[in-house]
Amino acid sequence: MGHYAYFVAIFLMVAGLYVTVARGNLVKKLIGLSIFQTSVYLLYIAPGKLIGATAPIVAPQYATYSNPLPHVLILTAIVVGVATLALGLALVVRIREAYGTVEEDQILAEDERRDADA
Amino acid sequence: MKNDLVLRVVAKLFTPFVLLFALYVQFHGELGPGGGFQAGVIVAAAVILYAIVFGLPAARRLVPDAIVESMMAIGVLIYAGVGVAGLLLGGAYLDYFVLDRDPVHGQERGIFWVEIGVAITVSSVMLKIFAMFASRGHDPDE
Amino acid sequence: MMAVLVVAVAVQRNLFSVVVLTGIYSFLMASVLVALDAVDVAMTEASVGAGISTVLLLGALYLVRADEAKPMHRPLLPLLVSVGVGAALVYGTLGLPAFSDPSAPIHTHVAPRYLNDALRETGVPNVVTAVLASYRGYDTLGETTVVFTAGVGVVALLRRRRRRGGGGE
Repeated sequence: MGHYAYFVAIFLMVAGLYVTVARGNLVKKLIGLSIFQTSVYLLYIAPGKLIGATAPIVAPQYATYSNPLPHVLILTAIVVGVATLALGLALVVRIREAYGTVEEDQILAEDERRDADA
Repeated sequence: MKNDLVLRVVAKLFTPFVLLFALYVQFHGELGPGGGFQAGVIVAAAVILYAIVFGLPAARRLVPDAIVESMMAIGVLIYAGVGVAGLLLGGAYLDYFVLDRDPVHGQERGIFWVEIGVAITVSSVMLKIFAMFASRGHDPDE
Repeated sequence: MMAVLVVAVAVQRNLFSVVVLTGIYSFLMASVLVALDAVDVAMTEASVGAGISTVLLLGALYLVRADEAKPMHRPLLPLLVSVGVGAALVYGTLGLPAFSDPSAPIHTHVAPRYLNDALRETGVPNVVTAVLASYRGYDTLGETTVVFTAGVGVVALLRRRRRRGGGGE
């Protein structure tokens, strides 16, 4: 096994980063960010796992449990993540209403045109 | 989707069971997987299902906007109020040991109320966000 | 399988299918989390990631109504940057303890105390709930406030001002 879990997390993170940086569409950028975020979940949860252990719910018939601390941190991170995703989407909707597009290049072009007019 | 008989019946059948499951997740969260965050999201999902099938106005009649908006704040206030209750009873902020004569029961009581606060805030915020997005598209001047 | 999905998400231009693919991706992530013993987190990911955020993305797509345009600039530079970051991170992981190593620092410091004492101190067998609501109560209060603030933010951004005379925005 070794470091395999870290490599998976890194691959997901790099893919999310690529989608975020390379794509001009704002919705796609947000999706890239949420993929980036899930890679962080994996990065936190994977080291907490112990092979042969069980989920951290104390019961007399089990002796070893996986680490509960990363679970707590990520649990709240997921819910906060969806709240911030919604906030980002709301911003995208407002941008689309103001500019008529959600493509970064077109928004920049529109900005320059407006500056030239002013 | 308002005219699809199968969808209407299934949605109507499902909604109470989803809500029941949310309550189970909420109150069983101390023994098994679950808790306030998950239960809140499931409650929101039940109402969103109802809103998708029967339309947003029907869901708004079911859960009026004013209630959802005030519940957003009430959840946080319950959470913070548990902390203040700890202060008033002579402990530190968010100290549950003082909530009951038996410290373990105090802990259980504190966790119970805190989880309820979390569930109320999360469910109403998710609902409100969905309602904002959904109602935005139906305006004629769009 | 997740890798294939992520690549599909990156390549696909039709935003509707991208959203559906992210829903599938979230479910896969949830099953991976179950395999890693994080049942609470998996439940949250399945309900939030696959449920609510898919619905929100679809709602936003309905408002935005757009396919993705072809990118004007070349994807070469971002690709290079991403691969560079990935290589640096891989180099960084080589110093980390191996998977499921019981003597790793993460398992030796705070966690044993929670696992040993949580049931006795709080009466709650689910350690995740105990830590979430009791030991790290301040944390969770902060998170709840963040969720509340995000909700207020969305309301502030998307609420239509009701003007008399029916004037638009």
